[in-house]
Amino acid sequence: MTTMLQDIVVKRNVPTNQYTPKDFKVDIDVRWCAGCGGYSILSQVQRIMPELGIPREKIVFVSGIGCSSRFPYYINVYGFHSIHGRALAVASGLKIARPDLSVWIATGDGDCMSIGGNHFIHACRRNVDINVLMFNNEVYSLTKGQYSPTSQPGQKTKTSPFGVVDDPFNPASLALGSGATFVARGYDRDPKMLQYLFERAAAHKGISFVEIYANCVIFNDGAFDKYTEKEYRDDTTVWLEDGKPLIFGKNRDKGIILDGFTPVVVSFEDGKYSPNDVIVHNEKDSILAFILANMTYNPEVPRPIGVFQSIDKPSYEEKVENQIEEVTKKLGEGDINKLMRGEDFWTID
Amino acid sequence: MSKKVEHLDKVTIRFAGDSGDGMQLVGTQFSNTAGTVGNSVNTFPDYPSEIRAPEGTLYGVSAYQIHFGSKKVNTIGDKIDVLVCMNASSLKVNLPNVRERGIIIANTAGFGEKNLKLAKYETNPLEDGSLSKYQLIKINMSEMMKQELADLGISPKAVERTKNIFALGFVYWLFNRPLDLTEKWLKEKFANKPQILEANLRALRAGYNYGAARQEMIVQYNVHHADLPKGTYRNITGNEACAIGLVAAATKAKLPLFLGSYPITPATEILHFISGYKQFGVKVLQAEDEIAGICSAIGASYGGYLAATTTSGPGLSLKVEALGLAVILELPLVVIDVQRAGPSTGLPTKPEQSDLNIAYYGRHGEAPIPIVAASGAADCFAMTIEAARIALKYMTPVILLSDGYMAQGTEPWRIPDMSELPDLSVNFATDPETFKPYRRDPETLARMWAVPGTPNLEHRIGGLEKEDITGLVSHDPLNHQKMVELRQKKIDGIVNDIPLAEVEGEQSGDLLVVAWGSVYGPVKTAFDSLREQGHKISYTHLKYIRPFPKNLGEILSRFERIVVPEMNMGQLADLLQSKFLRPVLRINKVQGMPFKAKEIETKLLELLNNKGDK
Repeated sequence: MTTMLQDIVVKRNVPTNQYTPKDFKVDIDVRWCAGCGGYSILSQVQRIMPELGIPREKIVFVSGIGCSSRFPYYINVYGFHSIHGRALAVASGLKIARPDLSVWIATGDGDCMSIGGNHFIHACRRNVDINVLMFNNEVYSLTKGQYSPTSQPGQKTKTSPFGVVDDPFNPASLALGSGATFVARGYDRDPKMLQYLFERAAAHKGISFVEIYANCVIFNDGAFDKYTEKEYRDDTTVWLEDGKPLIFGKNRDKGIILDGFTPVVVSFEDGKYSPNDVIVHNEKDSILAFILANMTYNPEVPRPIGVFQSIDKPSYEEKVENQIEEVTKKLGEGDINKLMRGEDFWTID
Repeated sequence: MSKKVEHLDKVTIRFAGDSGDGMQLVGTQFSNTAGTVGNSVNTFPDYPSEIRAPEGTLYGVSAYQIHFGSKKVNTIGDKIDVLVCMNASSLKVNLPNVRERGIIIANTAGFGEKNLKLAKYETNPLEDGSLSKYQLIKINMSEMMKQELADLGISPKAVERTKNIFALGFVYWLFNRPLDLTEKWLKEKFANKPQILEANLRALRAGYNYGAARQEMIVQYNVHHADLPKGTYRNITGNEACAIGLVAAATKAKLPLFLGSYPITPATEILHFISGYKQFGVKVLQAEDEIAGICSAIGASYGGYLAATTTSGPGLSLKVEALGLAVILELPLVVIDVQRAGPSTGLPTKPEQSDLNIAYYGRHGEAPIPIVAASGAADCFAMTIEAARIALKYMTPVILLSDGYMAQGTEPWRIPDMSELPDLSVNFATDPETFKPYRRDPETLARMWAVPGTPNLEHRIGGLEKEDITGLVSHDPLNHQKMVELRQKKIDGIVNDIPLAEVEGEQSGDLLVVAWGSVYGPVKTAFDSLREQGHKISYTHLKYIRPFPKNLGEILSRFERIVVPEMNMGQLADLLQSKFLRPVLRINKVQGMPFKAKEIETKLLELLNNKGDK
């Protein structure tokens, strides 16, 4: 008997204990460099997959080109390794066609923000329900070390031997400015944090954008040490937690207040400020999300990590289906013979 | 004096005016009415690329040409028999194409001082005797309508906008056509604007009555209905035929349809039409760019849809990399390229056939893609079905070449019954025991199509070279050679699944005309005319370009000389030369205008008279 697409597009839930992370591993060697940030991201994804209650055959990873884009080969779900920059365009078409699938994108800073920049902003604005994991290593690695759109001013690479003169994108601001409904940032060194962010991304309806600081051991080693290593990170980053004040520091003795629209670091030590004075994070507050995202390259304040924004809006593919339903209700189901005949036809006997 | 009536076999009418004068509208109405009364009809809208060019200018002229007759018409007509011109510029631009003794119907209100200056006329051509070679009918349409609608109390602007309908009404009288089809259309269009409806209905009748009242002075013409094969007919543009063709193909494939496209002239209407077919469950993405158009379609195809993308030359250039991806993924995809004059932005609203090379060769690596080409507006439907059939059966992207001429021109289309169309149903892989991503059907060499959501068939595909059968990434040198050859063999094998080429006229001999695409109309007209004159000449029209029909080489070998007329610098001619090692003569036109039948006839006659001309 012929299998129709509608036989495949059936909803199926599986109990969350049906799988173990092992079920999402594939029997081939992962070919990232030893120490690459990609390994941590891959294992955290494999770890959370069993928890999602989604059958394995309903999960698809789509990628573009770059080190990160090898990801689909390394996870035992459906995988689509497309061309440079186009993962989001392919994934958008797939998700619009097949809302029953859980669609994930593995991409990098060059793939997503440079050659694929147009697709990225438009996927954000449409709010297609896909999960974008952007491995940000602030360098082009697969082509062996050129600067990327997130490389830092002055960074020395093969194409910037005297230092980068470009200003970088701030991925979180770009995503927010493009209308992304879920925007977060994490880093490879903290598995628990990544698991939390990936689970949140999976649960969010609409586009989820997770920027992940991923260390490139070969071409940009240590780029994020200042924010990810235990000895610094308490003082150089601030964890965004919904409903919680923005407090940081090894001794949790510093906080962030707003001076007008400008975030400013204050100390609780001299008694002038207390934890009650600092900003309380609210994931539903888009204005706050913009302010927090803009702290990213400001050396006066810690770097924000966590969920910047999570707001609810109908997803694109849902709106497409709703419109089809409404139009069909209004006009009746399409009749191909009527469509072919059109309004003005005549018969020759 | 009594009414004068003459009979004609074929007539070419051209409605011409300013961009905002509604010439496209009246042209469409006239051609629908002509079709409905059983004439053979061929039409072409000719409008400037500016949306509303400055009023009254030479470059702002918009026109709609209709060729209709009691015999089969294959072209839009070489010379204009009746020119309706709403202003001085539209007369100036079109006069060179009006035949001697042809009728010119001029709206005198469009020949004021300002109009004449904009048209660069020193004196008024309606008054200075320069049109003595023609039958001139002067009507102040604007003034007629002012009087006709005086009691309606609508704005002068709204009154002025009815003059095109007046002109249509007059032409209906001139050719003894019924008004009811246009009346019905007006009633639907202005259902919510009773005053505007009344104004237009009055305008239509006023135009008609203007003629009727002068029947002793103006000759009326009759064009009998044509002897077309039995069936239900409608007028259709190539773009609408492609749009409906995609829905029909999806229906026959029992698959949902996805269209990922970006607006581009002259292909955009396909996107317009399909966007209006939501009740068929069609999903449409107006993408952020051409690349996203094709990539989203590839994504949908991966998900098990009949997926398509529509474009024109500049867009096809942008889609090239993704086409290569579709080739290596071996996923079905219909790519419709409505060709326009290039290079670069070129002449965006004018037709050309210059994308054959990019369709054939325009990819890096060895990336064969089947190419089919429609021969006219109505044929766009059949060839869209063919493109979908080949794509689904052979798991490959297919390029359908249309062009701006057939895309926007109309022809009567005999509407097929759905049961006449081929069954396009597909077989999704579901069995984990037998499934391998690149295991092939031994006959078609198509790989298995397993869509996400199918349990236990989780696999990975992508742009990296794949190992034969398993589909695993492979850099093995011999495997690459094998896969390149397999992909080529698969496309070459389609030759056994397409119709043989046919020869009209002598089956062997001196001169064979080979053509493709919308040049069919003028070539066929020229060919028929030469045959009627007793010349020995033969004609093969190609709808399948990659692969070529199996017998094409053999056909070519039966003729001394081969000539290819095409709207480019010889792209098909080059292909034939390189494939079949035969010298090929060329007739090339790249003026953003379709060939005239006469142009081709003259060139062919030269060849027939100079046998040594190789």
